[in-house]
Amino acid sequence: MKKTWLIVRREYLTRVRKKTFLLSTFLTPLFFALMLGIIVAISLSTKNDDLESIAVVDDSGLFTADRDSSHSMIFVTNGKTDTSDFEKKGYKAIVYSPRTGPNSTDRWKIFSRKTVGLMENQQVHDKIRNEWEKKQLTKMGVNIYSVDSIKNAAGKIGIDPIVLQDGGEKSGNSGIAYGVGYGAGFLIYITLFIYGSMVMRGVMEEKTNRIAEVIISSVKPFQLMMGKILGIGAVGLTQFFLWVILVGLFFSLMNVFLPPGMLEQVNGATSQMPGNNAEASEALAGLAAVQVGVSSVDWLTIIACFTFYFIFGYLFYASLFAAVGSTVNEDPQDAQSLMLPITMPIVLAIVIMVSAIMKPEGNLAVISSMIPFFSPVVMMARIPFGIPGTVPYWQLGLSMIILVLGFLFNTWLSAKIYRTGILLYGKKVTWREMGKWLMK
Amino acid sequence: MHILEVDHIKKYYATQKAVDDVSFTVAPGSIFGLLGPNGAGKTTLIRMITGILYPDEGNIRLQGRVFNAMRDMMHVGYMPEERGLYKKMKIGEQAIYLAQLKGMSRSDAAEKVKAWFVKMDMQTWWNKKVEDLSKGMGQKLQFVITVLHEPSLIILDEPFSGLDPVNSNLIKEEIYQLARKGKSIIFSTHRMEQVEEICDQIILMNKGTKILDGSVSEVKQQFKENLFSITLAEPPEESTHDSFSVISTSGTNLVVKIIDGYGPNDVLHYFLDKQSTILSFFEIMPSLNDIFIKLVEGTPLARQFEKLSA
Repeated sequence: MKKTWLIVRREYLTRVRKKTFLLSTFLTPLFFALMLGIIVAISLSTKNDDLESIAVVDDSGLFTADRDSSHSMIFVTNGKTDTSDFEKKGYKAIVYSPRTGPNSTDRWKIFSRKTVGLMENQQVHDKIRNEWEKKQLTKMGVNIYSVDSIKNAAGKIGIDPIVLQDGGEKSGNSGIAYGVGYGAGFLIYITLFIYGSMVMRGVMEEKTNRIAEVIISSVKPFQLMMGKILGIGAVGLTQFFLWVILVGLFFSLMNVFLPPGMLEQVNGATSQMPGNNAEASEALAGLAAVQVGVSSVDWLTIIACFTFYFIFGYLFYASLFAAVGSTVNEDPQDAQSLMLPITMPIVLAIVIMVSAIMKPEGNLAVISSMIPFFSPVVMMARIPFGIPGTVPYWQLGLSMIILVLGFLFNTWLSAKIYRTGILLYGKKVTWREMGKWLMK
Repeated sequence: MHILEVDHIKKYYATQKAVDDVSFTVAPGSIFGLLGPNGAGKTTLIRMITGILYPDEGNIRLQGRVFNAMRDMMHVGYMPEERGLYKKMKIGEQAIYLAQLKGMSRSDAAEKVKAWFVKMDMQTWWNKKVEDLSKGMGQKLQFVITVLHEPSLIILDEPFSGLDPVNSNLIKEEIYQLARKGKSIIFSTHRMEQVEEICDQIILMNKGTKILDGSVSEVKQQFKENLFSITLAEPPEESTHDSFSVISTSGTNLVVKIIDGYGPNDVLHYFLDKQSTILSFFEIMPSLNDIFIKLVEGTPLARQFEKLSA
């Protein structure tokens, strides 16, 4: 135990003290802020660049006004312009309506010299559709304003699920479940994505520095592996939480200094970013949805379980990375290709979670919340439905024990692989020999 | 009581008998030479003694008890042939860390490290990193780290490779001192001249088996060829006698081989009878190098991989 602690301490301190650690810890949020700034700038500048004048030719006589109701730049003309002279009259494009009526499904056409951009096309489309809808409704004698308020009211309808228990009622919330499950899965995935390879490379450190023999003649390989996984794992967690705090700080600063409208634009802009950031904002949106139902759930339990499952889920996967690292002797590239298969189960876990939420007591949900590859995500999605209502204590306990045991098993396995692999120096081992070493 | 007893240990790899039925003992306070050409199985043997590898068969006893890597680790100090330390870690800190891993307390370790650094003239290295050291300096540091926790058995694999004569002597002196304090040192090498100087006892390995065992003088006795060197005042004339045959002559010096059944006195009598003035007369002992080459000669230079049906 003492030696493991020594190793944890060294692994942690040598990494945290490095200049690169400090730089990346503080520069990454700054970089993130800078990116956001650029995105804001870009989205603001494109916003000014509004629709150019577009002529709409409507033979049905539905559009009578010169402009659409939102006073944007669409001009509605009646037969005064055609494809031959729209440019001369200062229009960028010309839109022809088909013979429009309530039953018409003919498509509209837009003509232009330069290609109309996707966004622009969409805007034109939306505007015409809106106008058309309004015009049709007014024509039928409906009050547009009352339609708007009905739509608004419809959007506000929500359903609060209530779970009947012996002691009374308890509200459950699948939105929270989704948010928490997704949040756990997402956090584990991202931290592994960033720090998994660090664990892997860390495990190879002794081999590349050729100090492995000295270390192995001082400590058990299991102690070394445990120390490494915990130490490097803690580095990852430290950096990750610093980031969360810094980004949080940054966002609250932004809330104070920036006008709210601008922030909405930023949100709009970030959600269009591809890849991880889309996932990130989705997760954030999930978490935001969670906050709506805060009061109805036992937050203390959820936070405690979340912390447990996040840390041990992370350690479980980190120990897999360690196992991969210990199969490789010196060339890090050999290991790189094995990283993807390790992170795949997390994605699978998220898929399982989605269906587990629909049936949190079903076989799939119960079984997969016992399997350590999935339990951090799936169990976290089940817990908000209620303990011990949906998740009996024994299930929670068993799932936690299996997760911890899984982590210990992986560590043990990687220690065995390590000890075997370290001394091979290019020799080929027979399976029989490997089996023999595993047993010792 | 022996500090280390190695009893019929075997280690077979898939294609090689790396160590094949080797036994020997090491006495406390002795310097023990483990010799052999490249690929003889020395490193495998050492790895089994340090608990890095498990023997397929046989026993290793340390201080009379069956060797248990976990319990006995701190009694063994091992300097592997492939030297290595954490390159990015500061030297003082690293030495303390490695001593702690061997089971020392932090304060003890710090004290010992400081004492050794003074002794080896390394005080200024404390806050340097290993990557800043030259190869020889690294070697010195590695030696200090190996003996820091005062193990009773110290295993050094080629300790002098890469060291200049001054530092070699420094380390040699430390080895003598450790032996005087009752520590046993196993010293693996293929450099015979060092062994001759330092070791009390040697074994010679080749192709995984032990082919020689004993003290340096015993081994030399065993392999001497009854050669004597005689230096006379004047160049000798043709000398023939039943008791010896002349191997070579150069100027006033003769090398003779005494025939079985006769002794050095017979040779001396012959020359005295001839009224020659004898300036010197001594037995030529074979060097370990000669013995080594003689024993290993004829085996292929490189070990071949073979199919084992193990």
